[in-house]
Amino acid sequence: MSDPIPYRRPDPATQPPLDSPAYGSTHKRHPKQPLLRIPHTLTETSAPRFDASRYPAHADMSQVNGKGALGERIIVAGRITDEDGRPQRGVMVEVWQANASGRYHHPRDQHDAPLDPNFEGRARIFTDDQGNYSFVSVKPGAYPWRNHWNAWRPIHIHFGLHGAGFAQRMITQMYFPGDPLLDLDPIFLSTPDKAARDRLISKFDLEITKPEWALGYRFDMVLRGREATPFEKA
Amino acid sequence: MTAATAHQTAGPYWHMIDFPEWADLLRAGSGNEGVQGERITLMGRITDGEGAPVADGMVEIFQAGPDGKYEDVFHGFGRAATDSDGVFRFTTLKPGPVPGRGNAMQAPHIEIAIFARGLMQHLVTRAYFEGEALNATDPVLTMVEDPARRRTLVAKPQGDGVWRLDIRLQGDGETVFLEV
Repeated sequence: MSDPIPYRRPDPATQPPLDSPAYGSTHKRHPKQPLLRIPHTLTETSAPRFDASRYPAHADMSQVNGKGALGERIIVAGRITDEDGRPQRGVMVEVWQANASGRYHHPRDQHDAPLDPNFEGRARIFTDDQGNYSFVSVKPGAYPWRNHWNAWRPIHIHFGLHGAGFAQRMITQMYFPGDPLLDLDPIFLSTPDKAARDRLISKFDLEITKPEWALGYRFDMVLRGREATPFEKA
Repeated sequence: MTAATAHQTAGPYWHMIDFPEWADLLRAGSGNEGVQGERITLMGRITDGEGAPVADGMVEIFQAGPDGKYEDVFHGFGRAATDSDGVFRFTTLKPGPVPGRGNAMQAPHIEIAIFARGLMQHLVTRAYFEGEALNATDPVLTMVEDPARRRTLVAKPQGDGVWRLDIRLQGDGETVFLEV
């Protein structure tokens, strides 16, 4: 059997370093020894198969039992490709976020902002054959955290992606355009390359927006691509 | 070429996507019912640079089936939250040896991904099984020259099918993490 084609190694400037001093929680949690770079084997190039029958999709966070959540209804949609622009089909996308008041439906979130009984804040969707996904939610609120004095997270939605190789596994955050908190946020700012950072900011999109119903935001994501395959046969 | 999207931390509230049953790879509805193999528990405790438990971590595993194949008859994915003492626990079947690159054979192992507040990207490591003959020639284990560091990748039997691999994120006994 021929060796699996490895995934490309990232340009470090395009990813946040594990040691990111401005984000206090990294201090005691980042390894000090260099990571051991291993050649990719089937362990890295295979991935769990997430069958929608066992992992059912749930694409509407804007209501619970038909009762609408409070806040500005939004549609988030986008396309997932690899670094060579190839659409990634069947990617399982997990999403979670705070409610419109900036409070998570989570017992450890003690921020003094109201919970919304009609907002649970989690979704699971799969990309189609063109790599497209979409879901409905409400725009999350900003919330304080204790990283530094008067620290507030810019509004964001957490995304978890499961691609075709376990080496593509990724969790990221989507931000919103025009948020004044972005320039103050050590998590957002930790990625050195500005273009890579700015790709975490979604774009308002009038084509995704539905008249009389919801604003649309586009958020495209890129998973690692494979290295060149000089011996590939046509 | 457009570089892959930047990772961001899973943060402290990732439990909104926690489904505790996913820690049992043999649960009803897993698709693994009826797969023959050696039933095991893989557990361990995750600590930080001060030895304090990582109590808000998300641990994912990916492994081959007892046949040494990925996602053929065995669905090898699990997710578990660490508890207040930093402990994670999975119920699964022991994987078989998996082909490596070239003619190499990899010793049975379980790939582990750790996500948490304070981890800008997830950390990847592996659990091997103490006493496996193939450990001596495994292509990844043999890359780690220091025997003490190599041992951070090898789970120890605790009896009753329980295998333990503690994970130290930083400092004394720091786990070998893999750049994949």
